Amino acid sequence: MKQLNVLKSLVIDSLDTITKGTKKYHIWMGFLTLVMIIGMYCYSIQLEKGLSVTGMSDRVSWGLYISNFTFLVGVAAAAVMLVMPTYVLKDIDFKQAVLIGEGLAVSALIMCLAFVVADMGGPSVLWHMIPGIGVFNFPNSMLTWDVIVLNGYLFINISIPFYILFQHYQNKEAKKKVYVPGAVLSVFWAVGIHLVTAFLYQGLQARPFWNNALLGPRFLASAFAAGPALIILVLAIIRSFTTFNIPDKTIKKIALIVTVAAQINLIMLVSELFKEFYAPTHHSESAFYLFFGLHGKDALIPWIWTAIPMNVIATIILTFGKFRNNLKVLYFCCVLLFVAIWIEKGFGLIVPGFIPGPYGKIAEYLPTGIEVGVTIGIWALGAFVFTILAKTAIGIELGELRYKNK
Amino acid sequence: MSEKNKWYKLNLGLNRNKKTATTCGCGNSEGNCNSKKEKKLSEQEFYDSAVDASIGDEREKDGFDQVFDVSMDRRSAFKKLTASLLIGAGAISSCTSVIKSDEGKEKAQIDWEEQFKGNYKLMTDEEKEKTVNRLMRSYELRTGKNISMSSKNAEEDVLFGYAFNISKCQGYMNCVSACVEENNQDRKSQKQYIRIHEMKDGEGFNFNTADDNYYHEVPAEGHFYMGTQCFHCDNPPCVEVCPVKATWREDDGIVVVDYDWCVGCRYCMAACPYDGRRFNWTKPEVPEEEINKNQHYLGNRMRKKGVMEKCTFCIQRSRQGQNPACVEACPTGARIFGNLLDPSSTIRWVLENKKVFRLKEDLGTEPKFWYFMD
Repeated sequence: MKQLNVLKSLVIDSLDTITKGTKKYHIWMGFLTLVMIIGMYCYSIQLEKGLSVTGMSDRVSWGLYISNFTFLVGVAAAAVMLVMPTYVLKDIDFKQAVLIGEGLAVSALIMCLAFVVADMGGPSVLWHMIPGIGVFNFPNSMLTWDVIVLNGYLFINISIPFYILFQHYQNKEAKKKVYVPGAVLSVFWAVGIHLVTAFLYQGLQARPFWNNALLGPRFLASAFAAGPALIILVLAIIRSFTTFNIPDKTIKKIALIVTVAAQINLIMLVSELFKEFYAPTHHSESAFYLFFGLHGKDALIPWIWTAIPMNVIATIILTFGKFRNNLKVLYFCCVLLFVAIWIEKGFGLIVPGFIPGPYGKIAEYLPTGIEVGVTIGIWALGAFVFTILAKTAIGIELGELRYKNK
Repeated sequence: MSEKNKWYKLNLGLNRNKKTATTCGCGNSEGNCNSKKEKKLSEQEFYDSAVDASIGDEREKDGFDQVFDVSMDRRSAFKKLTASLLIGAGAISSCTSVIKSDEGKEKAQIDWEEQFKGNYKLMTDEEKEKTVNRLMRSYELRTGKNISMSSKNAEEDVLFGYAFNISKCQGYMNCVSACVEENNQDRKSQKQYIRIHEMKDGEGFNFNTADDNYYHEVPAEGHFYMGTQCFHCDNPPCVEVCPVKATWREDDGIVVVDYDWCVGCRYCMAACPYDGRRFNWTKPEVPEEEINKNQHYLGNRMRKKGVMEKCTFCIQRSRQGQNPACVEACPTGARIFGNLLDPSSTIRWVLENKKVFRLKEDLGTEPKFWYFMD
């Protein structure tokens, strides 16, 4: 009963915190709300008219939504890069960053689920997928595995920070015995969510561009570069807007993780390019389409040739410790990497899988305004959720939010 | 006649016009009119229009769909909006009051049960019949017309197979239009289960340079033709990936979709190596007079927006012992359909006596669709 009272007080206190703030904060939240409303309006058009309002067709049947979903699974998985050293390797450096990382994971997962729902033709019958009530094609369909691991990961990433914050809120120390096993589990789980998401594509013999053994590992490498890169940027923003103390040491350590992951990612890219272009077969056509265009169709060329140089330049700069330790250069590289991997692991991965089609037909895909509107709306939703979570967490960690016993 | 077929732009050549001229008044421009003859009687039309004249207006005001699913101009919109408000008020009180008509109640009851029914594959025969009856009654309540819908299960010792004679096909595409008409496919988006690939002589089976969207007189000089559709694989990748088991392989080998169970994730579409699946990107629309009323739950019944559909070897026909519409419509005899387990069937003769091959056999999907040449 006492716990319930504390919880009630926590909810009231956090509501209080998130509705109060500086002018900048209110402008930021108002802006996000506006974007979300626009996104919802676009989605309502899509609901009414069907998915025909998107750029997708029978030839390219997944587009911007699934691209963003795939990328964001990686961002969510990246929270583990912070969890591992803090809880498991007892490296206390990261402790402040971890709550932020897990908050980021939660908002990324919410965005993932929103993108999947936005992509569904029949969101009203989604209950068919709930085990028990519906029919769950487990273990045959990789999509059911994905449903399990994503929701499980969401649960873990909500419960661990919640436990820690809940204890701190009552001025108690969080018990290691309680949360460390959960943290260890989440480390394996994070690898699982990204590998399973890769298997979603990797397991399709119909699409040679995806049906390649390197897809899963490369997903992991790119995710562990893009995710922590985003975390660095978020920490930088939090540092400049709040009194939450994040030492340079923490950011530099995360930068090291980004660098190693980006290097491994680059090696795998070289391996992939070698396989596709040294002895090109019929199965290399998608890669040809992506990088050079096929039969005069070349919609993706500007995208991929933006992404690859950004990726390479950022990785090279980060490799040198002198540049990496300069925070301004580091932030710039993080932006480059994040955008590059968003293009490469989103658009550059999903769309060419469908081009050319099973019988060689090349039908290009371009997202429509409504699709872009819904996508931006979902990103705003993610930012909104993250801001709320981060503000509460920071409030508790700074000691501003405390349970007051009557 | 040409007005009726406006949606179909690929096959307006000589062949089609000839056929149209010799149509026997059943309204069906394709060779076969037996299946639809009875339903197109003028007596029936007379009856329908008489009913329309007397109670048409009332019917229009009855039920959610009739009010919301109509195209209207601004003037009538206000009128209908008022009517719909009244209906809305009625719906709220319907659970306790007796003001609402029995028909409206029944319709609400049907919609409710349909929304929360289970997966067709897991239904008992009794439940299958119930849902089919509900759907027929619902159609009657909405349009005042009757359809016949079957829930006939696969028969024993039947395994359907298909063979395609590449030498014979001339690219007329009668199969395509017959398929669209038989299976009530959306007319606006020109959804076609069958694709005919026009290939150049001397280049072999080169799909990359083939054209599956040609629009000219056929057979074109220096070309040959080859049709693809769902191959009803014995080891179908699309079935494996479906997260909700909305698609499966029936015992007679037909790969079907439960349109009411599909959640529209399109994973099956990505998994199909043969381009065999189609998605309803919009609400599929078929003009009332063109609807094929001889339906099967797993076959050509009306679909919704946001669900998958595909070739079912015309399950409503094949389970009644008929050939699929494409086989019947083909003027060249390039298409052969039959029971693979029947040693005396034509398909068995073809498999035993011709040099047959299948597409992308290396993927291990075991399609039940063979190609051969004379």
